[in-house]
Amino acid sequence: MAKAKDTVSRTLMVALVLSIVFSVVVSTAAVMLRPAQIQNQNLDIKTNILSAAGMLEPGSTAQDIEETFARFDVRLVDLDKGDFVEPSAVGVQDPMKYDMYKAASDPEMSTNIPSSEDKAGIKRRPNVAKVYTLSENGELVRVVLPIHGYGLWSTLYGFVSLEGDLNTIEGLGFYAHAETPGLGGEVDNPRWKQQWVGKELYSDDPTEPQIRLVKGGVSADAKDKEHKIDALSGATLTSRGVEQLVNYWMGERGFAPFLKKLREGEV
Amino acid sequence: MAGSTAKQVLFEPIFSNNPIALQILGICSALAVTTSMSVSIVMCLAVTAVTAFSNLAVSLVRTQIPGSIRIIVQMTIIASLVIVVDQILKAYAYEISKQLSVFVGLIITNCIVMGRAEGFAMTNPPLMSFLDGIGNGLGYSVILLFVAFFRELLGAGSLFGVSLMPVVNEGGWYVPNGLLLLPPSAFFIIGLAIWGLRTWKPEQVEEPDYKLSRHTVKEAF
Repeated sequence: MAKAKDTVSRTLMVALVLSIVFSVVVSTAAVMLRPAQIQNQNLDIKTNILSAAGMLEPGSTAQDIEETFARFDVRLVDLDKGDFVEPSAVGVQDPMKYDMYKAASDPEMSTNIPSSEDKAGIKRRPNVAKVYTLSENGELVRVVLPIHGYGLWSTLYGFVSLEGDLNTIEGLGFYAHAETPGLGGEVDNPRWKQQWVGKELYSDDPTEPQIRLVKGGVSADAKDKEHKIDALSGATLTSRGVEQLVNYWMGERGFAPFLKKLREGEV
Repeated sequence: MAGSTAKQVLFEPIFSNNPIALQILGICSALAVTTSMSVSIVMCLAVTAVTAFSNLAVSLVRTQIPGSIRIIVQMTIIASLVIVVDQILKAYAYEISKQLSVFVGLIITNCIVMGRAEGFAMTNPPLMSFLDGIGNGLGYSVILLFVAFFRELLGAGSLFGVSLMPVVNEGGWYVPNGLLLLPPSAFFIIGLAIWGLRTWKPEQVEEPDYKLSRHTVKEAF
């Protein structure tokens, strides 16, 4: 018995049959579950956008989220020029399908950031970004912009939502990061995120965002308090990272040219 | 192992022959996924399912497996099952699968799965092997949930995400213990669990590897 099953041909046979059987099992599972997975991923992105915009009601179902999200227009923006671009310019039909983080690693679709300007610590920036706008009765009321940058351990990915004046922050949230739980991980704390609501990005110069994360809290009579947020305690580097990445993405190399054109009604 | 009953096979791994506490297997994931109860439960279910079905599959083909590629055959079976479990989680429990991230994939390297396949399923009939897989999965789960209970309660003031002790950051009174949110804390809790278990069942205490002999030579001063 032991002899019979240890011959070379037998060994190869068993290996072959086993490989075929299990590749069928694995591929069947992958193919059959794929639609549900894609739906989950899309729903997750939409949930994150709505939560940054403060439009996520607690306990909303998948359908509620789809409905609320359907009110948003998904647009692609050329970051350097600040103009909207057609989805076909980045080779997709549906702007939802464009992945700006994948584009950031494609040399054709991204630019290297010189290290002197790389405040967010992201090295490469995609040329085209995906933004979400919400208009009511022909008037722009909300813009949700993707932001990302390096904290202490990880790249934080999130969204910032601006009011119709394109200066006041309506909400900010990160959906993916690996900062220290309990310290930097408190970027997810709803109470901390609540502080961002109503803060202003710019003062005089609409290309120079003024957001500062300060130690010791922001008192009611602090100077420039509309730009200041209480930093996370015990997480100096994460706080610094968040400050830098918000300022980078809202600055001249980020969305400032687009916001300027949008404000002046040029796009 | 021959002659052991189904009941023994199923329940022995829970306390008497616990894979984590006695065999000291599967520690890596026990450190990584125990920050909250709900994540741990899903991980336990995943590991139990993989151990049970890989044991079943290995046992079904055990007479056909050539000795020379034995381990690779087991690995293939386990890896396939893990991929299937990972795909299912991504489709039906997306939030939790995001939190578990790589650790579902890493069930492949969980020594419990491989250990049971090689140590039990290769020499036992399918049904018994399946039960053995479930039993070891349960043994793993008991420790994981024990660790997660303390880590979530003391580290985040909540259980299953429901706040029991409102934490200071959210305006409550409880200052959470940050260490318990970090992986090393699980070492302490697992250590305490093993201590407790061996006090209750002293037969689990290992014989010391060697004994210091009495100091008999009298040195001259």
